[in-house]
Amino acid sequence: MEFCAHARAIAKREWNAYFHSPVAYVFIVIFLALAGFFTFSVGGFYEAGQADLRGFFFWHPWLYLILVPAVAMRLWAEERRQGTLEMLFTSAITPAQAIAGKMAAAWGFLALALALTFPVPLTAAWLGQPDWGVVVSGYLASLLLAGAYLALGMFTSALTRNQVVSFVLAVVGGLFLILAGFQPVTELLARWAPAWVVDGVAAFGFMPHYEAMQRGVLDLRDFLYFGSATGFMLFLTQLVLANRTGR
Amino acid sequence: MIKVEHLVKKFGLRTAVDDVSFEVEQGTVLGVLGPNGAGKTTTIRMIAGYLPPTAGTVSVNGIDVVADPVTAQKQIGYMPENTPLYDEMTVAGFLGFLAELRGFAGKERDRRVDAILEKCMLAKVRHQTIDTLSKGYRRRTSLAQALLHDPAVLLLDEPTEGLDPNQKQVVREMIHAMAQEKIILLSTHVLEEVEALCSRAVIISEGRLKADSAPADLKKRSASYNALTVELLAPRAEALQAFGRIPDVERVEFIAGDDRKQVLRLVPRDRQSLAVGAVETAAQHKWLVTEMRSDPGRLDEVFRQITTTADVAKQSA
Repeated sequence: MEFCAHARAIAKREWNAYFHSPVAYVFIVIFLALAGFFTFSVGGFYEAGQADLRGFFFWHPWLYLILVPAVAMRLWAEERRQGTLEMLFTSAITPAQAIAGKMAAAWGFLALALALTFPVPLTAAWLGQPDWGVVVSGYLASLLLAGAYLALGMFTSALTRNQVVSFVLAVVGGLFLILAGFQPVTELLARWAPAWVVDGVAAFGFMPHYEAMQRGVLDLRDFLYFGSATGFMLFLTQLVLANRTGR
Repeated sequence: MIKVEHLVKKFGLRTAVDDVSFEVEQGTVLGVLGPNGAGKTTTIRMIAGYLPPTAGTVSVNGIDVVADPVTAQKQIGYMPENTPLYDEMTVAGFLGFLAELRGFAGKERDRRVDAILEKCMLAKVRHQTIDTLSKGYRRRTSLAQALLHDPAVLLLDEPTEGLDPNQKQVVREMIHAMAQEKIILLSTHVLEEVEALCSRAVIISEGRLKADSAPADLKKRSASYNALTVELLAPRAEALQAFGRIPDVERVEFIAGDDRKQVLRLVPRDRQSLAVGAVETAAQHKWLVTEMRSDPGRLDEVFRQITTTADVAKQSA
């Protein structure tokens, strides 16, 4: 009970903090503009002549790569820079509660931005008959992907009081996770590394799991992958914070 | 009761707090004194459950702060150094948030926030965002945050730093009003504050506890303690000579005077009281004493004495 109350209080504050600064508006506008641009102009939505959202979801990992760290970078780095971390962690709450609250707020915010892309599926529905199961599964994949990026950004934010450092680290980490399963990379790796290393690195990648869900294949293993990747990153965040504060 | 036992904190190779022990009872306002960088803030952060000690224990009303920080923190109100606050929030919004963290919701939260806004004289700025507040209001907001849950223990890290004299007075009066019912620990390097507020003072220098007693007793350690200033009608040379013969007088200084009236300062050996000897001497010579006052000692002198000997000791080591 106490856990939820504390996490909710923190989530509420974070949520309001997004909307009290330009971050929320800039993020939403840029996200929607880029998503639209990539889908309709670069992705050739109309030219493809298919009422599906492949071209839309295809770009999400790359959009998130840059935009999610921008949402996540302030989460802990700013608390640290302002010194409010000290106040937070002397107010009878645990790091886990604070992490849960911040994660909920930031993820909720990303979900809102994602939900605002609703004109894209509506366009598809107007032009043809998309498979709604695939659309829903695509959105779900995108949301899980955003959560995993966010947890990574949360972790890098906890490492430093400098938001720029946090941002850069999160982008690099995210890039690794995108490229880990990417064929050119695995081929490059296969030239000198033993097969189990190649497989191990490839298994870390976001993309195989994301692509499978995007095609409408809902496999428990993909859920487990995103769940454990996110959970592991949050666990690391907790370790870092506990180390600094003694809990 | 706050109980600090053999507290040690190391940051890498540097020892910030080195074997500090003390206890504070209810009704005590304990001043933690020390030069900048002496380990005051680190000590307070450990008591507040923010920093884990390298060794030693801290307990607050019997609860081990290291083992169970959350339970201990429920009893503690903490005002950190430099008043960190969420700048983009309004005063009322900020206090509402802290009230929720402290476990108050709904009407109870609003009632607490209203009461504390009133108590800390913040009602006027309740809808203002924190980044628009003056230093004085920021301090009071931070103090309000520490008082929201009416804690048994208050830890205040330099509560009046950077305030103007009027604002200082307001904060002091608030602390004074709460002194009886709480345990208050405040750090400062403003010595007048210790005399005005604290019933006890500890001096920390280079991470070590150098002194622990009532401010008045601390002052007795000062070299000028019990030095006697005497104003009297007497010839100068004779007076200097006669007072110099009092056994406990180390030396007599001439402060001011003319043909009739002299102002002399008698410095005692071993801080002895000189009043009786001085009165007797004056009586023997039939000199009229117009004023006489004994020096209560000076805290800044003691502070300097204690904290600089540490430096010197280190340099010679």
